[in-house]
Amino acid sequence: MKDFSNLISAIEITNKTNAKIDALVNYFRTAPDKDKLWLIALFTGKRPSRPVKSNLMKTWVMEITQLPEWLFLESYASVGDLGETIALLLPNPEYKIEKPLHIWIDELINLKQKTDEEKKIYVLEAWNGLEAQERLIFNKLIGGSFRIGVSKKTLVNSLAKLSGIDANQLMHSIIGNWTPNSISFDDLLNGEHINYDNSKPYPFCLAYSLEKDLEDLGKTNEWQVEYKWDGIRGQIIKRKEEVFIWSRGEELVTEQFPELVEAVGQLEGNFVIDGEILAIKDSAVLLFNDLQKRLNRKNVTKKLMEEVPVGLYIYDILEWNEVDLRTFSMEERRVKLEELFKQNTSDILKLSEVINFKNWDELDALRNIARSFNSEGLMLKKKDSIYHVGRKKGDWWKWKVDPLTIDAVMIYAQKGSGRRSSKYTDYTFAVKNEDKLVTVAKAYLGLTDVEITEISRWVNKNAIEKFGPVRTVKPELVFEIAFEGIAYSKRHKSGVALRFPRMKRWRKDKTVKDIDTIESVKALIDAN
Amino acid sequence: MKLIKFTKKGIYCIPGKFYLDPWYPVDYAIISHGHADHSRAGNKHYLCHNDSKAIIKHRLGQDIFIESLRYNEPRNINGVQVSFFPAGHVIGSAQIRLEYKGFVVVFSGDYKTQPDFISTPFEPVKCHEFITESTFGLPIYKWKEEAALQTQLQNWVLQNQQNNRTSVFLGYSLGKAQRIMKLIEGVDDIFVHTAIHNLNYAISGSGIELPETTLLNYDFKKADLQNKIVIMPPGLLGSRLLKKIPNASTAICSGWMHIRGNRRWKGVDAGFAVSDHADWDGLLEAVKATEAEKVYVTHGSQAVFSKYLNEIGIEAHELKTEFGDDELASEVEIKTEKA
Ligand SMILES: [Zn+2]
Ligand SMILES: [Zn+2]
Repeated sequence: MKDFSNLISAIEITNKTNAKIDALVNYFRTAPDKDKLWLIALFTGKRPSRPVKSNLMKTWVMEITQLPEWLFLESYASVGDLGETIALLLPNPEYKIEKPLHIWIDELINLKQKTDEEKKIYVLEAWNGLEAQERLIFNKLIGGSFRIGVSKKTLVNSLAKLSGIDANQLMHSIIGNWTPNSISFDDLLNGEHINYDNSKPYPFCLAYSLEKDLEDLGKTNEWQVEYKWDGIRGQIIKRKEEVFIWSRGEELVTEQFPELVEAVGQLEGNFVIDGEILAIKDSAVLLFNDLQKRLNRKNVTKKLMEEVPVGLYIYDILEWNEVDLRTFSMEERRVKLEELFKQNTSDILKLSEVINFKNWDELDALRNIARSFNSEGLMLKKKDSIYHVGRKKGDWWKWKVDPLTIDAVMIYAQKGSGRRSSKYTDYTFAVKNEDKLVTVAKAYLGLTDVEITEISRWVNKNAIEKFGPVRTVKPELVFEIAFEGIAYSKRHKSGVALRFPRMKRWRKDKTVKDIDTIESVKALIDAN
Repeated sequence: MKLIKFTKKGIYCIPGKFYLDPWYPVDYAIISHGHADHSRAGNKHYLCHNDSKAIIKHRLGQDIFIESLRYNEPRNINGVQVSFFPAGHVIGSAQIRLEYKGFVVVFSGDYKTQPDFISTPFEPVKCHEFITESTFGLPIYKWKEEAALQTQLQNWVLQNQQNNRTSVFLGYSLGKAQRIMKLIEGVDDIFVHTAIHNLNYAISGSGIELPETTLLNYDFKKADLQNKIVIMPPGLLGSRLLKKIPNASTAICSGWMHIRGNRRWKGVDAGFAVSDHADWDGLLEAVKATEAEKVYVTHGSQAVFSKYLNEIGIEAHELKTEFGDDELASEVEIKTEKA
């Protein structure tokens, strides 16, 4: 594990992507094959299931350290990560265990069916033979998220640098169906497994935010304009009677949307389409908050499917009957897409509407009403553009509606997990409801480090509670909160839900007297 | 009778009629060390340790009225015997011991128990009442030994040199900067920012030997700096000066860097857990060594640490103070520092 631990250190000690890639290449040059495969698996979220419950680990650490539970929890609240908290609390190791990564993982896989007592003996022995950093890795191998600042892209780029194989092909290879025990490192890189893999997706074509005047885009008839939706961008693949759904994060999410699998399965032929998975009820698109209830569920129950029905707005077609259409123009692809869609009978599949407009001014007006039906704005796609790999400037633009804003007062502050766990970074905001305050939003984005430091110091002085991660504070600090959308919501005490709220500005010039009222906030719903 | 009282202006010694590290101007201030949140401007009369004198004058002005003592050199003020004991926090940092009619109170100021080979090592002082800081008062904080830190920092510099990079450390001008200098002494030339250079000058003036450094001129030649070492205050993160440094790799040195999430700071490459405050075991040891019957816990994790002390049978009370966090000085603080 020493090499793997050194790799993690090398990656974490720099924020330069090239240095991270070099560290990975170095590791791939020297590590045993099995270790390399497990590294790729771990960094792409393919991990064995958790062999030891985190509650047991917590109990054992309290036993070893003799710390009271409240102090353990206080430590956890401050670190924000259980595996790391445990690694930090344990006393220094008494001996040294050195085993390659894949042996540790194999042992952990076997541990799953052991008794709690056997698990305890194994884990305690491991803890006592590993340095703090290795211990953290060991705990992460057992379970928990393993975020170390290496994106799939960085991983793929390092494999490309190592092997000379095309990065896109490698992306296909590593996100395809494989397990470390079913393939060799060379076969994985050479993509031996993906020719047989019907699920192979294409890289998504992504858009930049519009950064020029509309007039500079040229003639209006050179552009295809559609509404922009805030759901799960998905690539839906049907090959050889099998349907696969990939999310933009390169995850296979097929199981989460059985109704889409069924609807897409009804369409004849083999094809790959690009679209947006949205929560849609009575033909109206719901907020992302609602869709979220459908995500990352182990079981999608009938009840949940009725509560939050999903649909697909189809944007594009990338492959049809074994022909890669990505080099066809947008205009040609749209014709093909409409042709494919003719046979559709399902009402949960919809073609993304192409907006008719005569001049650019008209478009601006259309963008401004987009929010009223929960659209994020507009997408502008050059009609002669190919379906690019990744983000490419010039052919696709997203043009979002301007955010809405309200002034609200901070009422709770919470320590951030991860990046700034010593600071209060997550805040809850309220507006006036007659002579009381009512919560309207939670936000953690938008402030500078200096502001966060200043607010943290203020929270420390003005907090009512002393323990735990959440602090109630005097309602004094006023912020301008920006958000993308607003809707009535029964789930929220205030009766409204804001979409993607963040702090636009700390209004030091305002006091709690100046904040919005719940009525003025609700008025925004009707105005939009 | 009570020897001390906690007032709005700070910790007040009733018979002595003086304050300890007051946060509002008073007639007589006894100062634990030169950090901005402990030695503030506007007091009529200052008393500190010999090694803090030049630092405080440098920060607050040459014309302040300031006296100083050696460690363990008693001074009688209105019948209270005042003396300083090493706190091991930064150069010149002192615990302030007050004795009145046989009753002893010790105010720790900021302290660390682990020797750093640049400030006089911490010495526990027996007392009836102990006022302790608690910046890192959680059991997750456990510092590496100085030798291990030395290896860690020096390896980072050497690694940077292999990759043709200039190593830039960001650390508070008083304390952290000198500590970093000592930890990487001898690896290569060390360039320091004006704020640090001026402070070093003041410190050297009182006879303390510091590792050799060169002033980082604003019009430096890139070639002179390539692959070398630079130390600057954290407020300069993202500054034009930092951007001008060729192929810089940046590192923050602070106890908060012990936590992974904090190390992954925006815009910084590395984070090293180099702290000038005691870790959990250091705090516990220090408190126990005083054999105090009552402990007051100030800035940091006062709620947690005092609750824990009470649970292990040491009477402890929380004390809200206006002392800040000098381990991760924000830009706001640095900008008020004299450049
Ligand atoms: Zn200090
Ligand atoms: Zn302090």
